[in-house]
Amino acid sequence: MSSLTILGLLPLLGSAALFFLPREKELLAKQVALGITTLVAIAGIALALSFNRQESGLQFVEKYSWIPAFGINYGLGVDGMALLLILLALILTPIVILACWHEAEGGRWSVKTFFALLLILETMMIGVFAATDIFLFYLFFEAMLIPVYFLIGGYGTGERAAAAVKFLLYSLFGGLLMLASIIGLYVVSGDQLGAPTFDVSELQKLSINNQTEAFLFLGFFIAFAIKAPLWPFHTWLPDAAKAATPGTSVLLLGVLDKVGTYGMIRFCLTLFPDASKQFGPIIIALSLISIFYGAFLAIWQSNGDIKRLISYTSISHFGFITLGIFAFTAQGQSGSILYMVNHGFSTAALFLIAGWMIARRNSSKVQDFGGLQRVTPLLAWSFFIAGLSSLALPGLSSFVSEFLVLMGTFIHYPVAAVIGTLGIILAALYILIPVQRALHGPTTPGNENLKDLNLREKIAIAPVIALIIFFGFFPQVLLNVINPGAQASIASLNIGGNK
Amino acid sequence: MNGTSQMLVYLIAIPLFSAAVLLLGGRALDKVGHIIGTLASAGAFVVGLLEFFAMLSRSPENRAVTQPLFTWIEVGNFNVGATLLLDQLSICFVLLITGVGTLIHIYSIAYMSHDKDRRRFFAFLNLFIAAMLLLVLGDSYLSLYVGWEGVGLASYLLIGFWNQKPAYATAAKKAFVANRVGDVGLSLAVMIAFVQFGSVSFSGVAKGVEAGQASSLALNCLGAALLLAAVGKSAQFPLQSWLGDAMAGPTPVSALIHAATMVTAGVYLISRSHFVFDVASVAQLLVVIVGAITLLFGAIIGMAKDDIKKALAASTMSQIGYMILATGLGPVGYAFAMMHLLTHGFFKAGMFLGAGSVMHGMNDEVDMRKYGALRKYMPITFITFGLGYLAIIGVPPFAGFYSKDKIIEIALDAGGAKGIILGSITLLGAAITAFYMSRVMLMTFFGSKRWDAAAHPHESPALMTIPMVILAIGSVSAGFIFNLGDRFINFLNPVFHSAHGGEGGHGESEHLLPPIVVSGLALAAVAIGVSIAIAKYGRGKSIPATAPSEVSVWTKIARRDLLQDEINETLFMRPGQELTKALALVDDKVIDGAVRGVGSLTLDVASGVRRTQTGFVRSYALWVIVGALGILAAIAVMSL
Repeated sequence: MSSLTILGLLPLLGSAALFFLPREKELLAKQVALGITTLVAIAGIALALSFNRQESGLQFVEKYSWIPAFGINYGLGVDGMALLLILLALILTPIVILACWHEAEGGRWSVKTFFALLLILETMMIGVFAATDIFLFYLFFEAMLIPVYFLIGGYGTGERAAAAVKFLLYSLFGGLLMLASIIGLYVVSGDQLGAPTFDVSELQKLSINNQTEAFLFLGFFIAFAIKAPLWPFHTWLPDAAKAATPGTSVLLLGVLDKVGTYGMIRFCLTLFPDASKQFGPIIIALSLISIFYGAFLAIWQSNGDIKRLISYTSISHFGFITLGIFAFTAQGQSGSILYMVNHGFSTAALFLIAGWMIARRNSSKVQDFGGLQRVTPLLAWSFFIAGLSSLALPGLSSFVSEFLVLMGTFIHYPVAAVIGTLGIILAALYILIPVQRALHGPTTPGNENLKDLNLREKIAIAPVIALIIFFGFFPQVLLNVINPGAQASIASLNIGGNK
Repeated sequence: MNGTSQMLVYLIAIPLFSAAVLLLGGRALDKVGHIIGTLASAGAFVVGLLEFFAMLSRSPENRAVTQPLFTWIEVGNFNVGATLLLDQLSICFVLLITGVGTLIHIYSIAYMSHDKDRRRFFAFLNLFIAAMLLLVLGDSYLSLYVGWEGVGLASYLLIGFWNQKPAYATAAKKAFVANRVGDVGLSLAVMIAFVQFGSVSFSGVAKGVEAGQASSLALNCLGAALLLAAVGKSAQFPLQSWLGDAMAGPTPVSALIHAATMVTAGVYLISRSHFVFDVASVAQLLVVIVGAITLLFGAIIGMAKDDIKKALAASTMSQIGYMILATGLGPVGYAFAMMHLLTHGFFKAGMFLGAGSVMHGMNDEVDMRKYGALRKYMPITFITFGLGYLAIIGVPPFAGFYSKDKIIEIALDAGGAKGIILGSITLLGAAITAFYMSRVMLMTFFGSKRWDAAAHPHESPALMTIPMVILAIGSVSAGFIFNLGDRFINFLNPVFHSAHGGEGGHGESEHLLPPIVVSGLALAAVAIGVSIAIAKYGRGKSIPATAPSEVSVWTKIARRDLLQDEINETLFMRPGQELTKALALVDDKVIDGAVRGVGSLTLDVASGVRRTQTGFVRSYALWVIVGALGILAAIAVMSL
């Protein structure tokens, strides 16, 4: 077995161990989960250190024939983008466990089940980003839904059942479209390559006729656009994020949604370059709509639910990511990949802190808070810094990625870039309005005795804030990993006039 | 080729480190926070002085130094280093920021002594100093951008320092958002620069412009984008509306950020980009127009304000209008804009500190109608404020006389109708400035007492008066010293003319009017302004405790800042709110509604099964099985 497989199996084994624990040993279950995920995170970072940053191709590759009858392989491997997204998942998981220590206690099932589901989800997240066989990718893509469905439906709040079903139906619908396209690819590969295959690197060699390519592209793209989510496929996200526990929301928006934008780069662009170019302008338009639509609705939610607010800001951010991907420039694509990582951290911070606020106040309404800066200064400051990163303040991580996306877009689509840049004004509004409502002003009656962050919460949030600041000044640490793959991907598109 | 200096980074690192220590140190540092903060600012000032003297010891062509730190962003051929650049232009700012900054730190020790969050205040001040230094030391537009929004953040934090008051929190947000509109311009400028020249560093863009790599259209777009940025940061028309509200911040903040340094960043940006504006005639004309409009806009508002800080803020807007106008006049204007910027830094900071001193002695009262006769109770404040007053209205030999006169002179020399229009506007502005500043002087320090019963005006402690005295000395002497043998102009010359290799523009062009006549006209304008003020507010005139309501509609409009907020509300805020509301409705009813329609159909089908198997565990299992069967069936069909 190779390194990626071992890495992926560790959390799965951990979840198995959790099932053997007695139900009432809740603390032990938490400690085991935290210990295992921390270990996995360290192992992941150690693995990443041996990653060769000069190469653009896949590394840590392993490939075994799995179902030879159908040409299905068990194939894993990562490039810079996949590696960073796996690391993002591995770093966020223990932080989520620590931050949401008590989240599972009001759930439908036992505490240990919650953490076992989180661990299973971690395995799926590693698998989905590492899979090099498209059938394997599809399996992880669909299987990931199961733990998330239970995490939302079993441990969430409010209309958790309805939200979980909505999430599931959306995802299954997208998954079915993708499945149709995968089968289509399989058929075409059988015709062209002699033997049908699901191996992505083999599938890249196909030359598909235009109409077929367009259909196959759309199957993948819509599945990914639902996942990402891109306007108008987004309405499941605010519901799911509101109903889910904050920790689940972190993984949902921080990592799982990135499967959508990851898939666009990994599959849409490399398997269907012509269709990608053909649909590019339309997707750019959808991205711009997402940026503004998400931003306006986030502003609207500054009078409403804080979790919905954060999820609408994410819809706006995902608009930037898809904008950068379909700008087809090195800067745009590197910027988008960097954006996925940065957005993971800043959204994680926002959701975790919002979760703590909600737990303290027993309300998720923005207007029920007020004056928190005087009552709970550390909590308020953490929220503020995470918010500043969300609005892409220079010096914090998101700025570099957002700027690269916009500049990469400007090279080919100056008008779209100008419009997109106007989004930064709305970002200031959707962060500073809730900041003012929740943190500034006189203390709202009932909030006088709220407790500031405790030690556990401080330990959970400190690394996230530190990374947000660090990557603002040293994004090159990540860009060095991202660039070779992104440049190879752009070069393979054969677009003239690249800067 | 530029030399290097290893010390530049300390200019930024010292105050930045101090800010971090003060913020992370928590309550434990409450007793010493103000001392650490002040020392950090003073330390940066000392580094600045050392660099200044080192610079003077080099020959004029070799005065610029750089310090490369690390590669910040590199993607493809887009490569931005974190590199600092110190030349004649940036050293002026470094000394202004750290020098005036340190004085204001000292002043704040006393001014903020009763605030339990004084440590946090000093942390924010240090953060501001660091960000502002980065703004003027960055060697590329993108590094400048970091400082640019950094000072915006510091400004936001300091305007909202007392954000438990909702109005103050709103003022902070308004400033940040207005600045963000300007930041769109800076973003676009960086993009245009990269696409046109393949570089975003000042030297790279300058070279590209010189080599003629960009069309005139592109250069004018670049210039316009830079102007938009400058307009936001420097509170110029049409993004001026935040500055008056920004007076919500503690008065030392108004002095440092919203008078002496941050708001002048727009002047820096345009001067720094002289190579663009020199060849982008449309953008350059826009600069002049913006400057001229704001110059009058601020002056008119200044006449109508009873709040001493808002009157001074309006004056700042107007004075920066002068500077912007000067930068729009081409090579001849940059150095004079910088000279006015520096002298204004002295006298306006001094006057703001004076206003703070008055408030300190008057229970934080800001309404000048409740002042009067304070010269007897606050002699030092009166004298230092008075010297600043003489400097701003332009009485010789005080600083403003030299710097503002020069701008009027070059405005008149702009040629043709443009020269006559700009000359008249600058002269009119001088007259109005003299009027409203005399009004401030008379209402505050002269006339009869109009205080509340609770007021016991007294002079401020030495920690506050000493900085005021030092700034007053600057207000008196700076103009004279700068002008001695044109030394300031000659000092800056290499920055603005290196690309063209030409001489300084001063003195060679045709004068519309001889300088002595211009000075005479300017003094006449000042005399008229002062006389009208004395006639209205001077000895024996009663000043009602509340502003008279029986006034012309023009006065009412001026009091409401020429309706700037009403216009912004009508044009942007309300339509924006309506759009937001409409989109929220669309999201719920149309997009989600369509999805729910499809979804409920599906659920109806599924519910038949669910009736016997309750709970979603089983309903999910159903889906998985259906899916799995589908997959297998499909594969089976394919491979058969």
